[in-house]
Amino acid sequence: MDCVSLPPLSKFAICGGTHGNEMTGIHLLRHLQKHKVEKAGSVSITTVLSNPRAIDACKRYIDTDLNRCFTHTLLRTPITDSSPYELQRAHELNAIVGPKGSEEAVDLICDLHNTTANMGLCVIFNSTDLMALHIYKYIKSKITSVPVRAIDTREPISENYSLDSVGKYGFSFEVGPQPNGVLRADVFNVMKEAVDLTIEWIQQFNSGVTFDGGEAETYCPVNKVDYPRDPTTNEITAAIHPELQDNDFKPLQPGDPIFQSFAGETVKHEGKGLHPVFINECAYYEKRTAFILAEKITVTFPSICVKKDCGV
Amino acid sequence: MSSYNNNTCYDEARRVAIFGGTHGNEMSGVTLVNLWVKNGTEIQRKSVETKAFITNPKAVEKCTRYVDTDLNRAFTPENLSAPEGHDLPYEVRRAQEINRIFGPKGSPDAYDVIFDLHNTTSNMGCTLILESSKDHFNLQMMNYIKKAIAPASCLVLLNEHPLLKYSTSRSVAKHPVGLEVGPQPQGVLRSNIFEAMRVILKHALDFIQLFNEGMEFPPCMVEVFRALERVDYPRDANGNIIAMVHPNLQDGDWEPLNPGDPLFQTFDGKTIHYQGSSTVYPTFINEAAYYEKQQAFVTTRRETLVASAIRKA
Repeated sequence: MDCVSLPPLSKFAICGGTHGNEMTGIHLLRHLQKHKVEKAGSVSITTVLSNPRAIDACKRYIDTDLNRCFTHTLLRTPITDSSPYELQRAHELNAIVGPKGSEEAVDLICDLHNTTANMGLCVIFNSTDLMALHIYKYIKSKITSVPVRAIDTREPISENYSLDSVGKYGFSFEVGPQPNGVLRADVFNVMKEAVDLTIEWIQQFNSGVTFDGGEAETYCPVNKVDYPRDPTTNEITAAIHPELQDNDFKPLQPGDPIFQSFAGETVKHEGKGLHPVFINECAYYEKRTAFILAEKITVTFPSICVKKDCGV
Repeated sequence: MSSYNNNTCYDEARRVAIFGGTHGNEMSGVTLVNLWVKNGTEIQRKSVETKAFITNPKAVEKCTRYVDTDLNRAFTPENLSAPEGHDLPYEVRRAQEINRIFGPKGSPDAYDVIFDLHNTTSNMGCTLILESSKDHFNLQMMNYIKKAIAPASCLVLLNEHPLLKYSTSRSVAKHPVGLEVGPQPQGVLRSNIFEAMRVILKHALDFIQLFNEGMEFPPCMVEVFRALERVDYPRDANGNIIAMVHPNLQDGDWEPLNPGDPLFQTFDGKTIHYQGSSTVYPTFINEAAYYEKQQAFVTTRRETLVASAIRKA
């Protein structure tokens, strides 16, 4: 496969606290800000605490989930004083690291998240984003303390509602398990290593290193599975089965247990054999999601190198 | 309570309550109590009236620890005797209401036993919380529970320290019992944690039934962990934390912490070591709700208490 040459990455934005109770990104950004990390070689680094009010309250969000506010439609909808706080903030963030779809947008966004699910380090991106794919490959080759996996959202950019879709390229790091409101040192150390490796990769890319393509295993979400609920009250009537709990990414076959009802009965998986992720993520109870089923797909991708006549 | 023939006699424990949702985002207790409010068969025993009760419904609805103030710190004499009014914080009004229904705290009309169900993000396993080393009824119950669930473990935390002790919702009862099970994130329901709590309550109610039927419980030794002091995170001049619980200490609840052992790790990767002069047993390590209470963990020391023989009066 030919090498794809792309312009250098001169503006890199790292975002944290997009959900105000996901502590690793918040503290890592404060640490970077304290040490005035603003430049690394030829790339300028902007650090953004995305949702300051939610961070102060140590809550996921104030009015609505900020990480669902970045579709083209929502970013074009005029804001008033009575608009939900996060919609207003999305417009502000779009001005800081965007505007989405324009030449002024930062070259690369990395958004830092935590999950209560046992997912190790996940790099979440659209596999058409070659930068994200190569950064994933690089990080996977270097980090050995936790499993490193790719989740391919396959979301076309305009419908992509997340903050990391505002830059020309973008991805999120999702590290777990970590409870909301808790800062674990082991999780922090993994996230910090991943961010440091990203900065290292960008500098190497900008300086002319060719990164070989190849194949990568990615997990593509197919459908979400809700908890069993009482039809009248809507309350959940079962918990994730002990044999499924903490087994994110392990293949789930028809007949495998997925829920244990409060009465002690086992509910079994009936669909295709797929890979469950985000098992028992706290924030997804209200999104009617007990876990998400994903298909494992191998993507092939070309080598990349920096376009030399661009002038850094 | 009276003594007769070396037995300590307690009144029959006829009125028992099980509290859930004292913190609205601790899901095991919320789920169990909701289940038992709908159908209380599982918690009924012949000689006991057991009432399952959600203590902080507004916090449960919002899936948050509390609305205005921590309900599990609200049962102070000042709060309970404050003149009623709508300008009181929600949880203070709730405390007064709970005191009316299950108390009054300190009076002969108070409920005999209250179990208060909690979860923690700390790796504490199943922990029973005792508020007085002289409550032989509770000590015997805890001994019974520990033996009944063996080889599974259930430890006893004794929080009698005048500075660390706090005015809990269960303190309304003559025999308050805290049940803390972790690790579980706030807002999450883990099946194994839920079932563990359920089993402990089953044995607790069995004990009360046996006691009420006249069974005598001979003297026994109960190992407890006595709370000593709270240790905060290192902070800067603005009160921001500057280090995290060290990976070696994280999840090490109830394991010995020796002088010189790693305690915290700064964001730069440096280790801060334990400077104490003797071995302690830390618990409540990295509990989410305690960042705002300036507590990274609590130190304890191991003690063996002797529980007197007990029988009903």
